[in-house]
Amino acid sequence: MCDCCSVEKEKDIYLPEPASINACRMLNGTEMYMHIGLDSGKPLGHAPGQFVEVSVAGIGEAPLTVASSPTQSGFELVVRNVGRVSGAMHGMTAGHKLGIRGPFGSIYPVDEMKGRDLVFICGGIGLVPQRAFINYVLDNRSDYGEVVILQGTKCYADRLFCDEVAEWCARDDVQLLETIDLPDKQWDGNVGVVTTLIPKIGVDLKKAGVLVCGPPIMYKFVLMSLMEQQVPMDHVFLNLERRMKCGVGKCGHCQINGLYVCQSGPVYRYSDLAGVPEAI
Amino acid sequence: MSISKLSKTDFKEFVDGLLSSGKMVMGVQAHGERFAFDVLKSAGDLRLDYDVTILPPKKYVLPQVETLLTYTLPEQYKSQYQEGEMILLGVHPYDMAAINQMDILFSQDQYDTHYMLRRKKMTIIACDVATPSKNVFAASMGTATVHEGYDILLTDIGDAYVIEAATDKGRSLVQGAAGLANASAQDEAARQAVWDKNKIELNKHPLKCKPSDIPALLDKAYNHPVWDEKARTCFACGSCNTTCPTCYCFDVQDDVSWDRTAGKRYRAWDGCLLENFATVAGNHNFRKARADRFRHRLYRKGKYVPAKIGGRIACVGCGRCITACIPDIANPVAIYNRLVEDLGVAPKK
Repeated sequence: MCDCCSVEKEKDIYLPEPASINACRMLNGTEMYMHIGLDSGKPLGHAPGQFVEVSVAGIGEAPLTVASSPTQSGFELVVRNVGRVSGAMHGMTAGHKLGIRGPFGSIYPVDEMKGRDLVFICGGIGLVPQRAFINYVLDNRSDYGEVVILQGTKCYADRLFCDEVAEWCARDDVQLLETIDLPDKQWDGNVGVVTTLIPKIGVDLKKAGVLVCGPPIMYKFVLMSLMEQQVPMDHVFLNLERRMKCGVGKCGHCQINGLYVCQSGPVYRYSDLAGVPEAI
Repeated sequence: MSISKLSKTDFKEFVDGLLSSGKMVMGVQAHGERFAFDVLKSAGDLRLDYDVTILPPKKYVLPQVETLLTYTLPEQYKSQYQEGEMILLGVHPYDMAAINQMDILFSQDQYDTHYMLRRKKMTIIACDVATPSKNVFAASMGTATVHEGYDILLTDIGDAYVIEAATDKGRSLVQGAAGLANASAQDEAARQAVWDKNKIELNKHPLKCKPSDIPALLDKAYNHPVWDEKARTCFACGSCNTTCPTCYCFDVQDDVSWDRTAGKRYRAWDGCLLENFATVAGNHNFRKARADRFRHRLYRKGKYVPAKIGGRIACVGCGRCITACIPDIANPVAIYNRLVEDLGVAPKK
């Protein structure tokens, strides 16, 4: 350790960068969408799958995975009104200021998956992190094979990005399958949990890259189903949510066994989670 | 490295000299029948014959509460750093070993300027243990003595201290101390005798394997019944975390003025035994079962943190958790020995 320095030249990893909300709107009864730009004018510099720590001065910080592809300008977040920070964000409108730290964490296998078929399995708000990679793929469409998106939602009113989902559905280079767990009369499509869609996937699952994101309970059942279909474990990627408080591998809250999710996650290759029982 | 010695009378003068020069010295003092690091006001209050302090000197390296930044609303943030230099006087080898681990953890990957700047402004005067505490097992963990991290190491050899100044900071502090003499071969032999003795005596709970066996032992122990058995009487109070010199998990919180114009963001000690340590917004707790949290602590000490710091075991054998734990379940040696007995690691030769 240096004995003489009294001035620290390294940057402060806890200091947020000022950012502004350019636009925001409710996506459904609980989820708010925000388009954000850093006040410096610089791009966030994220890759699909990475998260930021959003700071609201006077309230605190919350980790949110970026919902947009880096191929688009600015970046987008979707936040559910469940905690103190997210509650404060729900009171904000265009022009409001936020603090941003990051991007942090691991990324989706954007290069490894080139030329491969991709299957996105999303449960509820799990669509949000996946959307960053989905739109990245659609913006670089010729680099990838078939794209299948499975979306399961609890009820019709909870559906997210309805217009965008309709656009994906209308494309002939995307297979979109949607299901609702507790349907009402507005819904005449598939009924049941997202695993009920897996047999309907129109690509060879054993060769595809499979990306999974959803509520904690979903992973176990999706993985059981994928293993039944004999999908190799190293073709499956899971986006795991934890309590990422510092975002920089120090505070200990996000640990699953020996892994700091804020550093080695949130995107994990399933085969790398063998011997990590706290992951699922 | 220069090795010298000071008589105990001259050492007292030396400490009073430090205090009168206006330096901030945190020294070990008696509080009733126990000991604690606190602001030292007089050399007469210093108790280098202490057995163990209630809290480790971690409280200065990573304060219980530390302001990271201040802000004015909306969203104008400013980094805050602790001003001033500090001398820690009387750090035992096991606590020094713990600080050495934390130095690695806070500088690796993402460099923590708040921790590291404070460390750079700190001078550590370590001292070898003169009185073993009732629960110390540092000898089992290889931390009964320490040979790195400190600026100065003191060893009580009876009527004098052997003084090893290991850094420029340490040398400049002791140079010119009245009565300072070169240590003789006999003095160094006396110091070696203290080390040899401590390597045997600081072992009230002998570990039945080598510390380096622990990660492999834990590889086999994830579903062992000991976690449930011990955790059955756990209060989830987190005392084992707060008294531990190697626990460094923290929470980050905001404190805002009543009129919401300004505030600060601070970090505060947290503990993985506390019920909501892994709870996320929406009230999902990723480590809800007490036994899982109990196991997590032992795995952090014996496997997860060692993987980050080159294999050093993140238990230094201070024994504080054993003393602090009311239901008496925290003793790491009792757990590791039970696993050795049940799962069979080669016994220590």
